Amino acid sequence: MRVVISGMGVISALGLDQQEFWQSLVNGQSGIGPIPNDVGPTPEMGMNQVRFKNGAAVRGYDADTYFPRKALSFMDRFAQFSVISAREAVNMAGIEWDDELRESAAIITGTCMGGRFTEEIGYWELFHHGRHRVHPLTIPLGMSNAGASHISMEYGLHGPAFTISTACSSSAHAIGHALWMVRSGAAPLAIAGGSEAPLFLGGLKAWEAMRVVSPDTCRPFSAKRSGMILGEGAAMLIVEPLERALARGVKPLAEIVGFGMSADACHVTQPSAEGAARAIRAALRDGGISPEQVGYINAHGTATEANDRMETTAIRMVFGDRTADLPVSSTKSAHGHTLGAAGAIEAVATVQALCTGMLPPTINFLEADPECDLDVVPNHARAAKVDVALSQSFAFGGLNAVLAFRAWH
Amino acid sequence: LAAGLTLLKQFDVQPWQIFLRAELPFLRRPIMSETIQARVLRVIATTQRIPVEKVKPDSTFEELGIDSMDSINILFDLESEFDIEIKDEDAKKIQTIREMIDGVTYLVNSKQNTQAATD
Repeated sequence: MRVVISGMGVISALGLDQQEFWQSLVNGQSGIGPIPNDVGPTPEMGMNQVRFKNGAAVRGYDADTYFPRKALSFMDRFAQFSVISAREAVNMAGIEWDDELRESAAIITGTCMGGRFTEEIGYWELFHHGRHRVHPLTIPLGMSNAGASHISMEYGLHGPAFTISTACSSSAHAIGHALWMVRSGAAPLAIAGGSEAPLFLGGLKAWEAMRVVSPDTCRPFSAKRSGMILGEGAAMLIVEPLERALARGVKPLAEIVGFGMSADACHVTQPSAEGAARAIRAALRDGGISPEQVGYINAHGTATEANDRMETTAIRMVFGDRTADLPVSSTKSAHGHTLGAAGAIEAVATVQALCTGMLPPTINFLEADPECDLDVVPNHARAAKVDVALSQSFAFGGLNAVLAFRAWH
Repeated sequence: LAAGLTLLKQFDVQPWQIFLRAELPFLRRPIMSETIQARVLRVIATTQRIPVEKVKPDSTFEELGIDSMDSINILFDLESEFDIEIKDEDAKKIQTIREMIDGVTYLVNSKQNTQAATD
């Protein structure tokens, strides 16, 4: 069975919808800037406590324009983003809900940190104020599956709904499982993607302690790269059989053809090129694709010392001599590393690249690192007709997920 | 002067006279350094869960099985031990135990000088 992407929604530092997201990417605009100060449980506990200053925050977002007040009190920021991006995807795909579809459509979301901002505020009351109680909504707001649950309630969907948490691969794993469920007939359609709202004090301090965050900006594959930039946002995609989309008169955006997973099984933070290459090969195998067919890779490209060299090696292991001619860009340079949402946001960028014939650039690029000798589509988008593209996600813990898409003609 | 020189000599060879250092501020630095080194080695041993005898100033990270994440853990524990802050760009440069000792010594001394200036 052929499976397609028929709708996509994004909310990110590059804008409040998918159109803005893609336009900004193609224009080489950056969503990276100073993180707003309101990251802590009190106004005094803000960004002045954090060594790095920049992030990729969603700006101009007014939750009240999306949700009634009452609903908002039951939703952490990450869950709000989940529903907003799902709405856009559902509208774009022109889904007509009927009882049968409501009974069996799947929802698979990915998130790394879930609603921890809410949890943190609850625990602040407990640990700092010495209160003997926390807010009764701490659990339902904090739980990582809240995004999937709120999407199910939004549309009254009673089918399979669950959340995958594999750090930075979460939503790539989610979309991959959506492909497999739809392809196998286990679900007639899936809403799949991921959401993350990691810009809260405790989380920022934890990333600071790992010493992997840039004091400046995100420069993937550059010799002078200085680390990652954290971002927030969400993306959801509609995954369904080709025939179902065509029957509704909806033009598919791209075909989703392959999904590969692997575990490095070696180190909790040091990635392994063998593990990454294994996931790339698995995606190609799953999609019946040869390496020669791949014309673009949306890289994991975090701009950390460890990832970018490892990823270059992995690409070289799979694509050999073709590597030099294979465009590989990291859009994290524009929208930041959105952790559990990264796989989905970057899947949207990959689908748009196939759809529009424009490869999104790696922005903020300075001179190349000789050990990352890739064609990184530096700083400017490039027109290119590509047939097959990959979106790569390599998580802490050594859990890898790669998605393969094919242009729809 | 002769008495002073004798005192210095004694100081070098007789560790029990370490207690005199409060009266001899110009001797603070070398003696503190020795202490700092021992403390750094102890922190490394504790963080790496290895016997302290195994950790020498000239041991390599490789010999002690210290990888990049271990190194970040050690720096974190050193920050707590000495109440200092190690900048990311300095942390990136540290490749040996000797550099850890030198770096911590530098930061502890800067901190003492700043405190002395504000006292």
